Amino acid sequence: MMTFLILAVLVLGFLVVLRLSRVAELASELRGLREENIPERDNRINGRLMWVFGVLYLALFTWIPFHYSDVFLPPPASTQGVWIDDMYIYNWILLGVVFYGTNIALFWFAGKYYHRADRRAHWYPHNNTLEMLWTVVPSVVLVATIIYGIIVWNRITQAPAPGTMEVEIYGKQFDWTFRYPGKDGKLGATDYRLITADNPLGIVTRKGIADRLAGLKDELAKAVADRDAQSAVLPKDRLKEKDEDIAHMSRMVERIMGLQTLIEQDIKDNGDNSSYLHGADDKVTKEFHLPVNEDVELLIRSQDVIHSVYLPHMRAQMNAVPGMTTRMHLKPTITTDSMRLITKNEQFDYILMCNKVCGISHYNMQSPLTVETPGAFKVWSLMLPVFEKPAAAATAAPAAADSTKAVEAPAAQAAAGTNKQSN
Amino acid sequence: MSAAVHPPVADNHGHAHADLHQHKESFISKYVFSHDHKMISKQFLITAIVMAWVAMLMSIMFRLQIAYPGESFAFTHFFLGDKWAPNGVISPSMFLGLVTIHGTIMLFFVLTGGLSGTFANLLIPFQIGARDMASGFINMLSYWFFLAASIMMLSSLFVESGPAAGGWTVYPPLSVLPEAIPGSGMGMTLWLFSMVLFIAGSLMGSLNYIATVLNLRTKGMKMTRLPLTVWALLLTAIVGVLAFPVLVSAVVLLIMDRMLGTSFYLSDIYVAGEALDNMGGSPILYEHLFWFLGHPEVYIVILPAFGISSEVISTMSRKPIFGYRAMIGSLMAISFMSFLVWAHHMFITGMNPFLGSVFAFTTMLIAIPSSIKVFNYITTLWRGNIVFSPAMLFSIGMVSTFIVGGLTGIIVANAALDIQVHDTYFVVAHFHMVMGVSAIFAMMAGVYHWFPRMYGRMMSNKLGYVHFWGTLVAAYGVFIPMHYVGLGGGPRRYYEYTEFPMFQGHYMDLNVMITIFACFGGLMQIVFTYNFFHSIWRGQVAPQNPWHSNTLEWTAPVERLHGNWPGPLPTVYRWPYDYSKPGKQEDYVPQTVPLEDGEEDH
Repeated sequence: MMTFLILAVLVLGFLVVLRLSRVAELASELRGLREENIPERDNRINGRLMWVFGVLYLALFTWIPFHYSDVFLPPPASTQGVWIDDMYIYNWILLGVVFYGTNIALFWFAGKYYHRADRRAHWYPHNNTLEMLWTVVPSVVLVATIIYGIIVWNRITQAPAPGTMEVEIYGKQFDWTFRYPGKDGKLGATDYRLITADNPLGIVTRKGIADRLAGLKDELAKAVADRDAQSAVLPKDRLKEKDEDIAHMSRMVERIMGLQTLIEQDIKDNGDNSSYLHGADDKVTKEFHLPVNEDVELLIRSQDVIHSVYLPHMRAQMNAVPGMTTRMHLKPTITTDSMRLITKNEQFDYILMCNKVCGISHYNMQSPLTVETPGAFKVWSLMLPVFEKPAAAATAAPAAADSTKAVEAPAAQAAAGTNKQSN
Repeated sequence: MSAAVHPPVADNHGHAHADLHQHKESFISKYVFSHDHKMISKQFLITAIVMAWVAMLMSIMFRLQIAYPGESFAFTHFFLGDKWAPNGVISPSMFLGLVTIHGTIMLFFVLTGGLSGTFANLLIPFQIGARDMASGFINMLSYWFFLAASIMMLSSLFVESGPAAGGWTVYPPLSVLPEAIPGSGMGMTLWLFSMVLFIAGSLMGSLNYIATVLNLRTKGMKMTRLPLTVWALLLTAIVGVLAFPVLVSAVVLLIMDRMLGTSFYLSDIYVAGEALDNMGGSPILYEHLFWFLGHPEVYIVILPAFGISSEVISTMSRKPIFGYRAMIGSLMAISFMSFLVWAHHMFITGMNPFLGSVFAFTTMLIAIPSSIKVFNYITTLWRGNIVFSPAMLFSIGMVSTFIVGGLTGIIVANAALDIQVHDTYFVVAHFHMVMGVSAIFAMMAGVYHWFPRMYGRMMSNKLGYVHFWGTLVAAYGVFIPMHYVGLGGGPRRYYEYTEFPMFQGHYMDLNVMITIFACFGGLMQIVFTYNFFHSIWRGQVAPQNPWHSNTLEWTAPVERLHGNWPGPLPTVYRWPYDYSKPGKQEDYVPQTVPLEDGEEDH
């Protein structure tokens, strides 16, 4: 309601302005003034307004960050955050000088040199020295700034030391899932065709593939039977749809069989080093924990569309792109508990948010991040259920269930048990 | 082809075109299917004004939601109805749709089509001393493609599944999968076809502008005597011709992914409970193709703005533009470098970090020609004799906003600093400042300055002053706080921030401040719109050269006639910036005045 009152006042104000301008127009017509001959009074007023505006503008610009200082992020909570914040300070000083300098000059000159009939502008078409000066000086300063920037960028993006712990962040509409390595310290390979309610990340294991294949074949057989039974009654377009579904499923079966061959070959070639053997003991969870003061490599994937892993307190961000794994590594330096003390906020949590528009609920695709001591982290991660353990799978299923998949998944699972011999 | 339809405009000198402007034009040939560059420029301008209003109203609707999440607004309900704004609260999918279409319309339809289309059409033939564009017919087509694209874009607002909603960059896979967002259904199809039409029109226009500038300059109009507006518009057209086709290819591949089952941008996708067949594509490919246009595109927007403000600042300061050749050089440098910087939009997309450092470096370099321009503008004002027409005010405003946007550009060009602010409101504030507000200000300056040339009447200065000061206050009131919102980590394209404790309190206060200034800014545009349309019919009749300007467009008679000049075309003897030249009686010397004995050309 308040807004409406404000709007009403503004509209009325606007009408008043219109009427006043009409009056002013008529008055100047009576005095024989023409629009193109702007009187000295108007020039002077606009010149003075340039000064007034310049002052108010620079004041507002300066005042907001002080008055609203709690809008800014708390101190950086990672090593790269410290480097980035330091570079921000350097940049703010540099840009501040240029910003105030050029704006002051602009508004000062504009206000000072308003038109007077008895003056004439200074003929000053060029000055090579000046132009050289303001080409060379900005070039040097910019090159220095960018070299500094590239040094920091290279430091942030350099490959992590071998043996750095890997953690997977997996984005889908509209939540995050995390995967931690098990005893072998390695994350296993994944394939999106293995995604089911029980295997939300599509982790590859020998058993998982066999089960999935069995399930799919069963589904396929059912679909074919279904189609044949109904072929007489269904209209043509529905039948065509069913045929397409069947074709899709058979392609899927073929591809998973191809995958199976590939995996067996890889295991034959690489033995225990094959990445297809590391999945079984991985730990999948909806909670995000990291140990403090340890470098962690985050492997980022997406199930459906592009998301972005944004950790503002860590000054870290990386997109999650379907079809590829993106990486960044990160060393948190302040635990959640310490940050609560620093920010004097009991409820403080580090936050992971999606920062690439990904659909309707993009604005609420978030997950808190707990940074804790390595000891606490170890205890937490040991408590996590292991991926391939029948009992664990049953408890993980409801939480990870995809609403659309939930119905058919149990059926597929049941089928998988009975059909094992058939492949 | 053009010659058959339109009497030979290219054939320039000595022809008295009396036969041309005596033949009676029908309403259709005069106002609708016009070949006349002046009329086409007005068509572009008015279409752009309509589109700008649509896009601005959209921005007010989503700003209201951001500042007052979940509150009911009759305003929103009035425009969106029960379906998209139940109880007057905008729905999340329409919110994203409005954000997307606002960006698309403003960038392409207002600041590309509207700005280049209007001023290239108006100024190129007038300022180089030509009777019309090289091809009047293709010029007409370019407008009609633009209009068709505009209508198609607007029509996407009315389809059942809503308009395209994946952001104006329409990144796949979101833009390919209707399962992922309803806007990627029919709305997205219309968006894509609208862009193809738009680009076709834009290319026809650009090729025409290039051909006209290179071939139809009047006698004595050397390239180094061209006004900076023409230089800027020429370079804009060249950049457009080189960049836009790449967007077409990106769009066509996207259409194929959507309709023909190809996998250019898709791989390993599991959506709506189903694993898709697509393998081997990459969304990063789309990002590269898109930004290969997308970045030059922002220069397509800002170069004409530079041209207009250079011209207006020089004329109204009664002083030659400082460093004319440096200005041309920096325009060329910016145009060239605009093709070397695209991947700075992709630092954190998973692109190889080495490329990140390369593109950070090239991007930083582009700040050099930009800073030269700013320093030259300020020096032009120094010891000038400044006439504060509304056009001049807007040009000064443009320099100020360009400084702010340019400086924050140095932050976001820095790959390491970009990590923190990428896709936050800091970036939104940055690009609105540097190419939104700056370009709109220059466009306004152009409208006020050349209104007498377009309509033979003057706009009201008083209303212009109100419009300028109100708009300037609103623009800074919106975008200064927005920088701070972004530095606080606020992501863009969020429907509401209620789920985040860190985005409450002062954070929301700033958002409220932004929204109030945005509404105020919107109201100010009513003043402009009123002034514009009122002056078309009721404004004071303009004299031939109201601003005592040197350029050729003011040597043509006020009334609109085919071929622009009734007699032979004017001959040019000097550069266009002889303002307040020592030893001259008047403080301006039009380009058509021969050099005196011993007088030096600049």
